[in-house]
Amino acid sequence: MKLIYEKSSPGRPGIRMSSLKISETEEIPTKYLRSKPAELPEVSEAEVVRHFTALSRMNFSVDTHFYPLGSCTMKYNPKACEAAANLPELTDVHPLWPQLRGGGMLTQGSLAILYNTERLLSEATGLAEFTLQPMAGAHGELTGVMIMAAYHKDQGNPEKDHIIIPDSAHGTNPASARVAGYNVVTVPSDENGVMDFDLFMETLNEKTAGVMLTSPNTLGVFNPRIKEICDAVHAVDGLMYYDGANFNAIMGRYRPGDMGFDICHLNLHKSFATPHGGGGPGSGPVGVVEKLRPYLPISRVEKTKDGTFALNYDEPKSIGYIAPFYGNFGMISRAYAYILSLGKDGMLGTSNRAVLNANYLQEKLRPLFNTEYNGRCMHEFVYSGDVLKQYGVHTLDLAKGMIDRGIHPPTVYFPLNVSEAIMVEPTESEDLDTLDHFVDVMEELFEIAKTDPDQLHAAPVTTPVGRLDEVKAARDMRLSYT
Amino acid sequence: MKKTPFCATSQKDQEVMFQTLGISDFDDLFAAIPDHLRSAELNMPDGLSEMEMMQHIRKLARKNSTNLVNFCGAGFYDHYIPAAVNALASRGEFYTAYTPYQPEASQGTLQAAFEYQTAICRLTGMEVANASLFDGGTALIEGIMMALRHTRRNKVLVDEGVSPIYRKMLRCYTQNLSVDYQEIPMSGKGIADRAAITAQLDAAVGAVVLQNPNFFGCLDNLTDLIEQIHSVKALAVMSAYPIALSQVETPGAMGADIVTGEGQSLGLPLNFGGPYLGFMATRKSLVRKMPGRIVGETEDAQGRRGYVLTLQAREQHIRREKATSNICSNVQLCALRAIIYLSLIGREGFLEVGRECMDRASYAWHKLTKIEGVEPAFNRRFFNEFAIRLPKDATEVVSSLVDQGFAAGFPVGRYYKGMENVLLLAFTEKRTKEEIDILVAKLESALKA
Repeated sequence: MKLIYEKSSPGRPGIRMSSLKISETEEIPTKYLRSKPAELPEVSEAEVVRHFTALSRMNFSVDTHFYPLGSCTMKYNPKACEAAANLPELTDVHPLWPQLRGGGMLTQGSLAILYNTERLLSEATGLAEFTLQPMAGAHGELTGVMIMAAYHKDQGNPEKDHIIIPDSAHGTNPASARVAGYNVVTVPSDENGVMDFDLFMETLNEKTAGVMLTSPNTLGVFNPRIKEICDAVHAVDGLMYYDGANFNAIMGRYRPGDMGFDICHLNLHKSFATPHGGGGPGSGPVGVVEKLRPYLPISRVEKTKDGTFALNYDEPKSIGYIAPFYGNFGMISRAYAYILSLGKDGMLGTSNRAVLNANYLQEKLRPLFNTEYNGRCMHEFVYSGDVLKQYGVHTLDLAKGMIDRGIHPPTVYFPLNVSEAIMVEPTESEDLDTLDHFVDVMEELFEIAKTDPDQLHAAPVTTPVGRLDEVKAARDMRLSYT
Repeated sequence: MKKTPFCATSQKDQEVMFQTLGISDFDDLFAAIPDHLRSAELNMPDGLSEMEMMQHIRKLARKNSTNLVNFCGAGFYDHYIPAAVNALASRGEFYTAYTPYQPEASQGTLQAAFEYQTAICRLTGMEVANASLFDGGTALIEGIMMALRHTRRNKVLVDEGVSPIYRKMLRCYTQNLSVDYQEIPMSGKGIADRAAITAQLDAAVGAVVLQNPNFFGCLDNLTDLIEQIHSVKALAVMSAYPIALSQVETPGAMGADIVTGEGQSLGLPLNFGGPYLGFMATRKSLVRKMPGRIVGETEDAQGRRGYVLTLQAREQHIRREKATSNICSNVQLCALRAIIYLSLIGREGFLEVGRECMDRASYAWHKLTKIEGVEPAFNRRFFNEFAIRLPKDATEVVSSLVDQGFAAGFPVGRYYKGMENVLLLAFTEKRTKEEIDILVAKLESALKA
């Protein structure tokens, strides 16, 4: 499809922005001005609407397709949460207005939403306090590790120099630890897919600042020795970090705080149904136990004695400002609407159904992948596509075949420790018919792999483009239209 | 049985599934997890119906003061958003998709990102742009870290004309890294102090951070300073305001190496601080050092043009602790809004918006500086924002005008010592001549009171 720039023609009128001219102005010396206008498209409004509508139709999305992308929790994004967050009384508020009238009196509604959301997330995770400022999961991780660093510094333990991370962790964990100034020590997984406990105990020492764990981990396996790990880490005054990427599996049933974790981030765009937006904006609130409260980013939203809400900037031990203001408010308000809709019964009901759907698919697909029963999974599971290699078919081919059958492929080639990995996360949003249809499609694709593998090698054929040459993209580096 | 909102399976479905799994209830699914880890029932209310939830949030929303006539900017601006931006960005095909890991099923998102990257290059006068970062502040810190990686140096000089909101973030992010972070006061003219910065330039400096127009709205041409920066092989990192780039000289033409900024003014609501849009652009020679997602053009086996995420070897999911940044996502939906906005207003509309903002600011400057006791804080050219010095505390004055329906500007004393009387006012195309006239009258009477 043509680019919007290729549809441009000089003089085509866009939207009229203002008819009010104010003439009492002076010219600015040319040395401050650009010599040529920015070459933006000149296209009619109708053409812009057609262009972006056409683009939208080239996407797979939760609203249009089953989207079992493992580790991403592509659940349905309720329209009511969109409607609530798009109320103009919420969207048209300047973030500096709290400073124009003492105590944030101009923005009591927005501050109440922040405060209430913090309380609800605290209850859901069993952690004393939350900050809503991190703007994505990885940003939450960085914030959490910075809190860890501030704590150790304040305790007079500057010799803490590394963070332990299992090899199955999301790549963001080690990257966040590094960006916060820590070395990373990786511990391999055992045959059950969880961090090898003995190797972990050998690795742990007085210089360990903390451990970052996801449980259930990226293999969808819950680490049953979590309490022992927490105790051992606390014994060397290390801190336990819970990566809440997979919180949808345990919501309402287990709480990171009760398990012994000290810090936890949640991905509101996963468990709490805010939209993924084609890749953001996200929101990655961080919760901490009581002893870490002083290190949370500022500002803090507080409820005063008279019931009003105020912003507190006076926290001398705080790590400081990780965001310009209060976080991605528009995402927080969506999540707030979602949590209110679920309530305590809905939280448990949601994780129950997410885990049931995943186990059902895991069981139904087991014969295809020729795997032994290896216990229940949580909200997602991983199979290896190695079984298809005998037909010259790879996981990638299977994924592309799914696209031709109207299903967004699961996550593929992740986690890295499973060969030809296929990671499926159906979420609670799918009914039995959709799950069964997925099984049917997989059976069909496996049959095609045996009888007509080239059909899969050629897939997808129903999309606007076929498989794209990624090597060429990296070599040519055509990164803008010229 | 109670309905669980947004969950799809019926009780009948669940029974079929239980049977398949050979279990009798949900708890059996979790049998492998030790019982002592099970939490007590959550202490929160039961779920609300959609109607009740909407009523509750409407009630809270009404507690915000809305309908203030807004002259408060300070880096975050109240521009008009054409209706088509919301209509198009609200299409579920866009906002309920995720990162385009499967490019054949994501060409809509990818092509829009490529068009966005092109627009950012054209606005900033740079060669390459990424697909966006969280916000203007995190984009700036990423720009600085990129400059330090490239130069393999650890000293950063930051002009105090750079947003104090962003400088607080920079101090926070650099605290655990071995970065020598220094802020350099502005010159008395309200612009970057050439002599002071040049005096600090040495072989340890990797990045010098500038902003144009700066926090006070002052315009500058930084070409001469950037030449000095380049003479010690440091990089110039510049924060920019995209609407100003309709009129103001581009960072690229001034020689900047890395350009970042807040794209909120390109079709995003103020939304009490986010989600916003961090943009980043640089020279082609630095692209492999740039963090964040990048979309590139390529083709399929039949020669059809298409778009993919490219240069991913820089990123955390492959590089892990050696990645250029821990950031793994962009803010695609916000970038989408920006490219829709820029396409709708187009080349002429963009110039027009810039002109309208400048004209309103200029009109207001002449009126406001005629008020007795009011002086310009800096005698500088400006784009759409400027600072005035009042004869009394700016916070008190602003607070008194709030009751009359005006957000009369931002009192900067909170961030700049000795400037408690200084008020920063921003003007967008949304403000009318009448509103400016009323503001002037109200400010005049507030100062007399």
